[in-house]
Formats: sequence, C-alpha cells, structure tokens
Amino acid sequence: MTAGSIAARGLVRLPVWRARIVLLALIGAFAALTARALYLQAVRTDFLQEKGDARYSRVLEMPATRGRIMDRYGEALAVSTPVKSIWAIPADVQLKSAQRKSLARLLGVSARELDRKLAEPERDFVYLRRQLEPETAEAIARLGLPGIYEQREYRRYYPAGEVTAQLLGFTDVEDVGQEGLELAYEQSLGGTRGSRRVIKDRLGHVVEDVQSIRAAQDGVDLTLSIDSKIQSIAFAALKAAVERHRAKAGALVALAVQTGEVLALANVPSYNPNNRAQLSGAELRNRVITDLFEPGSTLKPFTIALALESGKVTPQTIVATAPGRMTLAHYTIRDVHPAAALSVTQVLQKSSNIGAAKLALAMPREALWDFYDRLGFGRAPQLGFPGAAAGRLRPFRSWRPIEQATMAYGHGISVSLIQLARAYTIFAGDGELVPLTLVKSELAAHGEKLVSAGTARAVRAMLEAAVQPGGTGPRARIVGWRVAGKTGTAHKQENGGYAADKYIASFVGLAPVSAPRVIIAVMLDEPAGDYYGGSVAAPVFAEVMQATLRLLGVPHDAPLEPLEQPAGDAPREST
Amino acid sequence: MAKLNLLLLAVLVACALGLVTSQHKARKLFSALEREHEHARELDVEYGRLQLEASTWGQHSRVARIAAGTLGLRVPDARRVRLLARDNAQ
Repeated sequence: MTAGSIAARGLVRLPVWRARIVLLALIGAFAALTARALYLQAVRTDFLQEKGDARYSRVLEMPATRGRIMDRYGEALAVSTPVKSIWAIPADVQLKSAQRKSLARLLGVSARELDRKLAEPERDFVYLRRQLEPETAEAIARLGLPGIYEQREYRRYYPAGEVTAQLLGFTDVEDVGQEGLELAYEQSLGGTRGSRRVIKDRLGHVVEDVQSIRAAQDGVDLTLSIDSKIQSIAFAALKAAVERHRAKAGALVALAVQTGEVLALANVPSYNPNNRAQLSGAELRNRVITDLFEPGSTLKPFTIALALESGKVTPQTIVATAPGRMTLAHYTIRDVHPAAALSVTQVLQKSSNIGAAKLALAMPREALWDFYDRLGFGRAPQLGFPGAAAGRLRPFRSWRPIEQATMAYGHGISVSLIQLARAYTIFAGDGELVPLTLVKSELAAHGEKLVSAGTARAVRAMLEAAVQPGGTGPRARIVGWRVAGKTGTAHKQENGGYAADKYIASFVGLAPVSAPRVIIAVMLDEPAGDYYGGSVAAPVFAEVMQATLRLLGVPHDAPLEPLEQPAGDAPREST
Repeated sequence: MAKLNLLLLAVLVACALGLVTSQHKARKLFSALEREHEHARELDVEYGRLQLEASTWGQHSRVARIAAGTLGLRVPDARRVRLLARDNAQ
C-alpha cells in the first residue's frame, strides 16, 4: 500500500493543529530573522561598517620630505635622503647559522652582537640597525628572513661637512632640526606629514583613494646667502691660522655690504655633522653669533666717528697723549707707543688708547651709550639664529669716568663678532647700519643712518691709514685692492678679571675702499706666542678678502704692485 | 509584457557589466597613477642624491686640491688679471 493511495482515499486525517504549529514556527522564524536584520542594520550598523572597512580600508601615512638647504648659487648644503632601519621581533626570528652570518655581515655587526640583540624574547621590538643604505637594506630583504622587517626613514647629509657645521646645525634621528639653521627654520624645512584613507586589495595594493584626510606638505627649500666657495676658503684660512698660532678657537664672518647678506661664517674647531660620534660643546658653538668677547681696539673707530659727528674734532685735530699714561681713579691707561701728541687720524692709525679715551671723555656718556645702542651692541641681532648673543652694554647711569674711557677702546663692553662686523657697515656705506640676513636676498638693504656720509668717509680714510705702513695692520693689505680696517688685541676676561697672558686677537676690515663691497671680521681666541691682531688676525683677513674679491669679480682699485712689508715690527696696539 | 521585461533585463545586465568594467578600469588607472606618483617620489629622491653627489664632488676644497696638486694650476698673479667692466648698454 502506498501513501498516495491512502491520501487519495482520505483514510488518514492529520490533525489541523499540526499544520498550525508548523505555520507558527515558520512565522516565528521569519520574525526572528527580521528582528535580527533590523537590529544589525539599525542598531549595530556603525560597528559593523567599521569592521567591514577594517578588512580592506587603510589609513596611510604620507611622509613629508624635509626641505633642502642650498647656498646662494643652488649648491646643496644639506639634503635628506631615505635610508632604511632594520628591526626585528626577536621571538619570531629563527635563523640558520649561515643566515645569521650573512645577516650580521650585512648589518655590519659581529654575529655575537646580533645574538645579543635577538636574545631578548620578552621584547617584541628591537632595532637591529638604524639608518642603513637602501642597497644594503634591499639585500637584507632578499634574504627573506622571518621576523625581520625594515622601516623607511630619512637621514640628512651635509656634503660640506665641517666647513658649514655650526652654521647649518644638524637634525636628530627622526630628521628634526636640533641646532643651527636646521633648528631655526624647522617650521618651513620640516613640512607636515599627511594621511589618506585608501582601499587595499587582498595583495595589499592600493586600489582606490577614499578620502584625503590631510595632504602632506613637503618642506620648503631654504636658499642661504652663503657663498660656498668663500665659505670654504674662509674656513681653510681660519683653520690654518688657528693651527699656526696654536689658538684655542677662531671665528670669521664675511658680509656683503649692499645687501647685508652673510657670505661666509666659519668657526674653528669644527666637527663633521655627518658623523657625530664624538662631539664636544666647544665644537658645537657658533662663535660668530653666540660668543661674546671684549672687542678691544676694533671699537675705537666708533668713538672717533661719534667725535667727528659731534663736530668738535676733525681728522686733523691734535690730541695730547703725553706721557703715554693716564690715571683715572687708581686705574692707569697705557699706550704701547707713547707719543706726545697725535692727530685724530693717528689715534686710530697707531691705536692709541689714551687718544680714544680722551675723545670719549669729551662727550656726554648718554651720547656714547646711545650711539653704541643704536649700533646694535647689547641687543641680539635679528638673524633668526638660535642662541644669538645680545652682548653686554651697561646702562650709562652706572658708568664711572674710567668705564667711559675704557669703553672707548673696547673694554667693559662685550659684543659678538657678527655684531661687530655689522657695526662696520656704517663705514662701508654712507653711514647706514645695514640689517643682516642669512637668507639670500637680491635687494639692496636699507638701514638706519647713524652718521653722515662725510663722517663715514673720513673714518674709512683713517681705517685705510691704519693698514698702511706706520699703522697697526699693514699685513691686512692685498695686491690690487685698497683695504681699510682695524686691528684689535684684548686681554681675555676670566673669573671677573683680566687674564694676564690670554688674549683675543681680532681684525675687522672692508674692501675695496673706493666702493666697499665686503666686510670681513676675524677673531682668534688665545693665540699662543704672537698675539697681536695685526700679526695673527690681519693675515687671515687679507687671504680671505683677496679670494672673495677675486671670486666676486670686483674691479681693482689699487696699482698691481707687490706689497712691501714695512721693515721691522709694525706698531702694536695697546691692550 | 514579457518582451518588455526581457528587454529591461537585457538593459540591466548590460548596465551591470558596464559598471563592473568601468570600476575595473578606474582601479587600473588609479594603480597606474599610484605607480607614477611612486616613480615621481623615487626621481625626487634620486635628484636629491645626485645633488648631494654633485655637491660632494664639487666641494671647493677638493677642486682646489686637485687643481693645485694633480693639475699644477695656480691663481694667476693679480698683475696678469684684467677685469673687464660689463657693458650694460648692449
């Protein structure tokens, strides 16, 4: 008997409630499904969407490249280039002995050192080597070792090395500026990293850009006012002089007169910014900008300029300097070469302390203070360089006559070399104090006019006389161009007093005198043996100035005859 | 009625295929764009490296050393140098 036949004959009657139960069960199941769907779609949709996105959408970091630093002609001085850092998850690393050997060789470490780094299974992140050449990193990647990964980083290279070290500064391992211009211009050089959301396929390729969260902004290149050729010559000359005179340190700065641009800025001792393993504070210092010293006689031209400006004296006015000694309140000012009387020109030429002191004492102290203040002494120069020193210029109310006198020849006041060089711009032009810049600017700079054009020319003529035979700095002269400048020799300050046998020798000068283009200031700290500015610093000035004028193509303004050095010793300035 | 439905179905299928194709094309173009971006980045890095190299080889101290040492060149005596003023009128 078949089921069909039973149904056909209506023999079996199934109870109705069974059909109802099935129907109810089906309705219940559908209701449950609908409720679940509603719950998922309406209540948990955000969470689920997020989980779904997480399977294929990624946020990518967009690194920003650090801007390059270039000299005025576009020569690269600092460039960031990608390097790889190799890191490992120690627990995941399983190395065969051959693999271990080749990895250690590529990393440039011994196999034992590598083992030591990998022997810390509880750590889950170990740098094996940071900042490796991309080629080496690729070779490591080719080994295909488990648990070893690479990470892209940037490293900064400085092709000029020690020549520009203190000026440029350096960046840390994350390529963030730490010193010098790298720090000063961090904002614009660094740029900002961006990020964007993308969709990735199964193989990890980016297939679609969903949205740009933040566009990456590459750092802006920085073009400096530095001329790398002059910089290189200046550094070499300074380094040679520091070695020859066994000095503790040296500094040099060269300025373009019309634009106020810094053409060269050199410091010795220096360091190699590409390899900073052994670095000391002395090497890091940018002495030109951050170190203060008592300038000594290099300050005399300003005293004389103010005296001329006041109209009380002319270059020919005679100042009594006999007998070469002058006592003011238990303190004696001395001249090395005592003379009965000197003209104002000769005061500068022979660098007479008494002459300068007498000129200063004839003026009110307010006028002197005001002039020094307007020259920028006691105020940090607006260079944007970190740690620029302000110098020390005491308020005139606390000056005693002796201080007013010593300040006339550069004692009791401290300045940085760049402040001193900048102050000389009033003699190079027609009395204008030019604002300085470390960034290239083609425009002529205009500054505050401090003295009349006549005074500026008169002092320039005196400064030219000071480097002629009979002056204190004949070794500053060069063949083909007229130069003008002033030597300085000062006792070094130590523990609140002056050290008897430690000196700072300096020279500040400009050329060519007929139409000045360049100012160079040189300073040597604690030269051993000969310590006079005229014999230690002036030759460095001459060497660098000659090369600079030649490189800039400045027309000659002096006959091209070999220079005759005066027989015997040149007059020396008093300290 | 059935004919219209069939026609609409055919249009729908065609549209769907078109969408898939254009999506595929878009992704291909996008990945090409990505590759070019990457290439541009690589070229920029390369440029930086070449600048670095040029600057390293062209260091004034190195040029001066080779000029003076290997080639035996020297700065001419100032008397043998004649400076010509540039004529701005021309």
